[in-house]
Amino acid sequence: MKLAYWMYAGPAHIGTLRVASSFKNVHAIMHAPLGDDYFNVMRSMLERERDFTPVTASIVDRHVLARGSQEKVIDNITRKDKEQRPDLIVLTPTCTSSILQEDLQNFVARASISSDSDVILADVNHYRVNELQAADRTLEQIVRYFLNKARRQGVLNRSLTDTPSANIIGIFTLGFHNQHDCRELKRLLQDLGIGVNQIIPEGGSVEHLQDLPKAWFNIVPYREVGLMTAKYLEREFGMPYISTTPMGIVDTAEFIRQMENFINSFLSKERVDYESYINYQTQFVSQAAWFSRSIDCQNLTGKKVVVFGDATHAASITKILVREMGIHVGCAGTYCKHDAEWFNEQVQGFCDEALITEDHTEVADTIARIEPSAIFGTQMERHIGKRLEIPCGVISSPVHIQNFPLGYRPFLGYEGTNQIADLVYNSFTLGMEDHLLDIFGGHDTKEVITKSLSTETDLTWNTESQRELKKIPGFVRGKIKRNTEKFARQEGITTITVDVMYAAKEALST
Amino acid sequence: MNTSETLTFECETGNYHTFCPISCVAWLYQKIEDSFFLVIGTKTCGYFLQNALGVMIFAEPRYAMAELEEGDISAQLNDHEELKRLCLQIKKDRNPSVIVWIGTCTTEIIKMDLEGIAPKVETEIGIPIVVARANGLDYAFTQGEDTVSAAITHRCPEYKSWIDEKNRIEEKSLSVYSKQNRDDTFQSPNHPPLVLFGSVPSTVASQLDSELKRQSIRVSGWLPAQRYTELPSLGEEVYVCGVNPFLSRTATTLMRRRKCKLIGAPFPIGPDGTRAWIEKICSVFGIKPQGLEERESQIWSNLKDYLDLLRGKSVFFMGDNLLEVSLARFLIRCGMIVYEIGIPYMDKRYQAAELSLLRDTCKKMHILMPHIVEKPDNYNQIQRMRELQPDLAITGMAHANPLEARGINTKWSVESTSAQIHGFTNAKDVLELVTRPLRRNNSLEHLGWTNLLQPTMI
Repeated sequence: MKLAYWMYAGPAHIGTLRVASSFKNVHAIMHAPLGDDYFNVMRSMLERERDFTPVTASIVDRHVLARGSQEKVIDNITRKDKEQRPDLIVLTPTCTSSILQEDLQNFVARASISSDSDVILADVNHYRVNELQAADRTLEQIVRYFLNKARRQGVLNRSLTDTPSANIIGIFTLGFHNQHDCRELKRLLQDLGIGVNQIIPEGGSVEHLQDLPKAWFNIVPYREVGLMTAKYLEREFGMPYISTTPMGIVDTAEFIRQMENFINSFLSKERVDYESYINYQTQFVSQAAWFSRSIDCQNLTGKKVVVFGDATHAASITKILVREMGIHVGCAGTYCKHDAEWFNEQVQGFCDEALITEDHTEVADTIARIEPSAIFGTQMERHIGKRLEIPCGVISSPVHIQNFPLGYRPFLGYEGTNQIADLVYNSFTLGMEDHLLDIFGGHDTKEVITKSLSTETDLTWNTESQRELKKIPGFVRGKIKRNTEKFARQEGITTITVDVMYAAKEALST
Repeated sequence: MNTSETLTFECETGNYHTFCPISCVAWLYQKIEDSFFLVIGTKTCGYFLQNALGVMIFAEPRYAMAELEEGDISAQLNDHEELKRLCLQIKKDRNPSVIVWIGTCTTEIIKMDLEGIAPKVETEIGIPIVVARANGLDYAFTQGEDTVSAAITHRCPEYKSWIDEKNRIEEKSLSVYSKQNRDDTFQSPNHPPLVLFGSVPSTVASQLDSELKRQSIRVSGWLPAQRYTELPSLGEEVYVCGVNPFLSRTATTLMRRRKCKLIGAPFPIGPDGTRAWIEKICSVFGIKPQGLEERESQIWSNLKDYLDLLRGKSVFFMGDNLLEVSLARFLIRCGMIVYEIGIPYMDKRYQAAELSLLRDTCKKMHILMPHIVEKPDNYNQIQRMRELQPDLAITGMAHANPLEARGINTKWSVESTSAQIHGFTNAKDVLELVTRPLRRNNSLEHLGWTNLLQPTMI
C-alpha cells in the first residue's frame, strides 16, 4: 500500500477507453461498478465533445458478485450490437473488476457468436501498467486483430500507394493538444506532397485498418502511445517508422530529413529534396528562429529552469530550451518510469540532472532546491509554481480544461515552434510582471478604497455577523457586504445581525 | 403517461451514470474540519477523486488514497501493518482528530476486514478511526455521505436524561448570569432535544437553526458536526430529523442503534418543503408555528420572476444524486410539468413524507403524476427524451453536452449538491440554477444555434 495524493498518469482502463472511443464506430463496454465510468464525463467536458461517448458500463453489483457476470456482460454486448451497430466492441474491466478473475475472454467468445460486430477483450494487466502503456497496448491489439482478420480473409492489400504516403499513429482523444498537432502534421505533409494514408485511432475506422500497410512509412509523434503498433507493423510488414518527434526547429528539420530518406529509398528515379523547404520554414515562416535571435530573447540566456512531463514533451522541450533559446535547464524529468532509459539518453548533456519519478513531492522538492526562474511542466507543476511563486508554462499531460483551447495551438511542426516560443517568453515575462507589481505595491490600492468606504458608514456589524461574513469566499464577500449594508440602510437598521444578512439575501431582486 | 392518482415506481436495468460514492470525501473533509479521509482503493478510485476534487487537490486537502498494489491484492502484505504505517504518517503530518477509512469496491471484493483492523490501529496510534464502506457495488453518489454519517453516529456521546441536561444548563446559566451578552442558548428549552442530520455548509445550517429558533425550537446539534470533537449527544430521548433525502441509512442507524426518535418530514428544499418540514417538527413538539405561512408567501412573491419563466415548462430528471424527488416536487409547485424522475435508489419509508407531499402538490397544481424510475437505463431515457422533447433535462455531465448539441436545454445535476439549496433563504438559488439554461438559451435562440450536430450524427 502506498499513500498517494496525486497521479500523473491515470489507471489502465482509461487508456483503453481513450483508444476505443477515438475510433469511429467502435463501442466500449466497461465491466465495472457504478461510478467507474467517469471517463464519459472527462471526455464530454474536457473535449467538449458533441456526441455521446461510446462507452457503456456493464454494472457490477452485489448480484453480479454473487452469481457471476456472464449473463449481464453478454447481454450488454449483444444489446449494444443491436442498438448502435458498431464495427467493433471492446470489452474492458477496471482494476476492481479484474480482481474477480472472471473468464471475460470466454464471455467475449460467446458474445461474438451472436453479434454482427467483432468483439475483443482488451488484454491489459491493470496492476502493472498505467494509462499510457495500456493505450499503447490496446491500439496495437486492435490493429493486429484486424490485420490478422484481413489476412485470413485474403483481403490484405500489400501494394504501396502510388505517391508517397504515411500513417500517423497515436493521435487520440484527451491527448495533450493532439487535435491541433494532427492538423499541423497534415499541413506539413501536404506542403511536402506526402499523402496521409490513415490517422489512427482518432477518427479512424477499424474497417480500413487493413489498408495500413499501403503507406510508405509510419509516423509516431508521441512515444507513449503508438510505438508498439509501429514496431508490430515493422516486424510484420517491413514498414519503417519515424519516432523523432517534430517539436522545435531542430527536431522538425530532423523529422523532415528522415522522411526524405525513407521516400528516396523507395524511389528509383526522381529523388525528393526537402532542404530548401526546411530552410525557408525555419528562417521565415516560423518566427521562432528569428525570436531566438531577437534582442529581448537575449534576456533569457542563461536563465535556469526545471522541465517535467511525459517523456516525449519533457525531452523535446528540454532540447528546445537549451539548443534554440540558450536557456539553462537545471533539471529535466519525467513520470514515464518505463521509458527512463530513453529519456536519460535524450537529455544527457542538456541538463544538470535528470529526474525520473512518479512522486510529485519529489518534483516539488527538486524545484524548491534548484530555485529556477521558470518551470515547464504539467498542471501539478503549475500549482507547485504558484505555491513557490515561480512562473510555470504547461507543456505536457496530465490535462486540464486549459489544454483544450478552442483556438489553434499545436506543439508540433513550424506553427508549434511559434506557440512554444510564445509560451516560454510569456512565462518569463508575466512572471516578472507579478514581481514588479509586488515591489511597487500594485495590488494594495483596491483594499484601501474598500476600507475607507466602510468606515464612513453609520452601520455596525455585530461579532456574529462578522464571523458569518468571513465564511463567505473572498471574491463574493465585497458584493454581499455592500448588498447587506444597502438593505440595512433602506430598512433603517443600524446594527447588522446574521438575520439581517439572511433577510437581505432574500430581498435581493434579480 | 400515468393518469391514475397513485405514484408508480418502475425499475430499469441500472445501466446509468452517476458518481462513485467516494466522491462524498470532496465535501465531507471540508465540513468536518478536524478530520482526515483515507480512501483505501486502487488507481481508479484515486484518479477519479483527483479529477472530482479539481483544483482543490492542489490545496493539500485532508484526504489521501491508500493505494492498493499487487502485493496487497494477492494478500502478500499484511493489511494491518500497512494501514498502521500509513496512519502513523498521517498522524505525523496532519494530526487530525479522526481518521475516516473509506472502503471501496476493491476492499469489498478482497474482503479486507477494515472493521476488524480499525480498532487495533486506533489503540496503537491513539486517534479514533471510523470505518465507512462507501462503495459503488452497493451505493450511488450522495449515499457515500449516508454511510459515513451512519458510521459516525456510533461515536456520538450518550445523551444523559432531559432533566439532567436541563439542570446542567440552568447551573451554567446561573454562573454566567453576570455576563452581558447572554443569548438564549442558556435558557432551557421546553421541548426534547433535537439533532439535525445532513452535511450542509455551516451558513445553511445556521439559516435552518434560525428558522427553527423563530418557532422557539432550539437545535442541540448537527450530525456531522463542524468538528469531530463536537458531535451531538444521542439517546432515547433525542429526536432526530434529516435535511437530505439520501440519508436513509443514517436514519435507520439512529433509530435502531441509538434509539433516537425520527421525525419524518418532507425535506427543506423549496419554500413549500421548508414550511412542511418546520410544521412537522413543531407538531411533534406540540408547538404552534408562528408566522410560517406569511414567511412562505413572502418567499413565493420574491420568486415571481423565476416562476413566470418556469410556468408550463416541462422537465426530465435523468437521475443520479437522490435529490430528484424533492427538487421535482418543488418545481411542480412552481408550475412545471415533470415527465420522469430517474433516481438511483428510493427508500420509500424514509422518503414517505416527501412522496406524499409530491402527490398532494401534483393534485394541487393539476399536473399528472410523474413516472418514478429507479435504477434507470440512460440509453432508454435518451430515447424517451427524444420523443418527449422536454424543455429542460436535468442530467449528469456525461450527457449534458451531447444533449445540448441536440437542442435540449440541460442543467447539470451535480450543481445541486454543491450549491446551497435548503431553506427559505436559498429558494432563489435553486431557481437561479434551474432557469439559467432556459435564460441562456433564450438569448441564443435568435441566433438559430440550437442543433449543432453534423447530419451523420444521431
